[in-house]
Amino acid sequence: MTSKTPLYDAHIKLNAKMGPFAGYDMPLYYGEGVMAEHEWVRREAGLFDVSHMGQIILSGPEALAFVEKLTPSSFGKIPEGRAKYTVLTNSKGGIIDDLIITKRGPDRFFAVINAGCKEKDIAWIKENLPSGVTLERLDDRALIALQGPMAEQVLRDVLKVDTEGMPYMWMIDAELSDGTPYYISRLGYTGEDGFELSVPADIADGVWTRLMQHGAVKPIGLAARDSLRLEMGYCLYGHDIDENTSPIEAGLSWVMGKENTGFIGAGRILSQKEDGVERQRIGVRLTEKGVAREGAEILSAQDMRKIGTLTSGGFSPSLKEGIGQGYVESDWAQAGKKIFVSVRGRNIAAEIADMPFMQARTKSMKKAA
Amino acid sequence: MSDNLKYTAEHEWIKIEDGDVAVIGITAYAQDALGDLVYVDLPDVGRKVAKGEDFAVVESVKTAAEVYSPVSGEVVGVNDNLSNDPELIKKSLEEGWIAKIKMEDAAEIAGLMDKEAYDKFVAEQDH
Repeated sequence: MTSKTPLYDAHIKLNAKMGPFAGYDMPLYYGEGVMAEHEWVRREAGLFDVSHMGQIILSGPEALAFVEKLTPSSFGKIPEGRAKYTVLTNSKGGIIDDLIITKRGPDRFFAVINAGCKEKDIAWIKENLPSGVTLERLDDRALIALQGPMAEQVLRDVLKVDTEGMPYMWMIDAELSDGTPYYISRLGYTGEDGFELSVPADIADGVWTRLMQHGAVKPIGLAARDSLRLEMGYCLYGHDIDENTSPIEAGLSWVMGKENTGFIGAGRILSQKEDGVERQRIGVRLTEKGVAREGAEILSAQDMRKIGTLTSGGFSPSLKEGIGQGYVESDWAQAGKKIFVSVRGRNIAAEIADMPFMQARTKSMKKAA
Repeated sequence: MSDNLKYTAEHEWIKIEDGDVAVIGITAYAQDALGDLVYVDLPDVGRKVAKGEDFAVVESVKTAAEVYSPVSGEVVGVNDNLSNDPELIKKSLEEGWIAKIKMEDAAEIAGLMDKEAYDKFVAEQDH
């Protein structure tokens, strides 16, 4: 059984090619195709329905301690409004999900979790929930992402919100002209400036339609969302990270807070941080023509020995070449190392590359003075 | 209406040249399903292929699609222009063909669909 987001009818009206994703019937692409959509986001502003993702709130006197137990990040000293990318870890140090948590108050945290992990995450949170924390599911809210260099202008023109000076990874409360409250976060998964709007499900179609009327806005499906995030080297849960990869292997140690040593899985993860790991997530750039996708073997260019596997891969519409990410033996995790990726028996010349593959154009995280 | 081409259920078109050479490409239906084409993995000239064997791969942003040979024979030509411009596949039969296969048994094409049968097949796919 597949679910529908509150914007399902809007996608059908736009003639989207729909397909199943994480139990939802979602738009994969619209009329102009993936390449045009991808380029539009890098140049103008793209509108994405990400309502399939879960929105939850953790609140209560022990909420701060609880989010610092669920994740290796620190939330104590950050200001209210600050959003952080982090991971939920299991007791073996693996990643249950990657998510964004926003501090809404000293005892109140808003989180957006992956659609495919929603029920698992909530079960995990409930299992660990202390008596001093309440978990609230915001299933009656939609999530609309507006991404691209024109996003700020579009918000100003359509919703009459001025976000100039609003930092990256930041959330504010806003009101529609009829007084309906909603939240605006300046973040996204494309590497462009952009926003996510959390709005009540029953008005989502109206907000979507108004934004769509702006000349700089086109709808963007999940296929371009994937190529956009891949160019940024962002992880796709279930592919680039999962319950058997640790944040250290995944190159996500930057999410860890120095003061936080009491999170679930800390034993394993902190010792990995100290002693190193056997495999690491890396970027791969094809130096020959071709496309390598998830599952392709990564071979040493010296002796053709298998040294790893691609976990994501595809054609980069911006760079016009094949890119990917995967895991290799740690000795090989160094940009510039020559490798091959094996695709249907053909060995395509490639090299280990730094990520992101192209510069992100997000705003500064600093608050304007 | 006939167009002297043959078609497969895997959405390849076949044009017969010189009596025993099958020129093979992919149909508009396959092109639409794939979307933006970014790479074509061509076979080597001289390669022997069996009927039903995949001999080329068309990569789009979204996915990779194998191209199957509807006949047994030897690859006697490949469209090298596709290496630089895979989107040529969509332009015309003359510019968008993928490979030419010299057939061992020209009777093998008899079982393939003509345009009328293929159009009907495609119409059924969409429902």
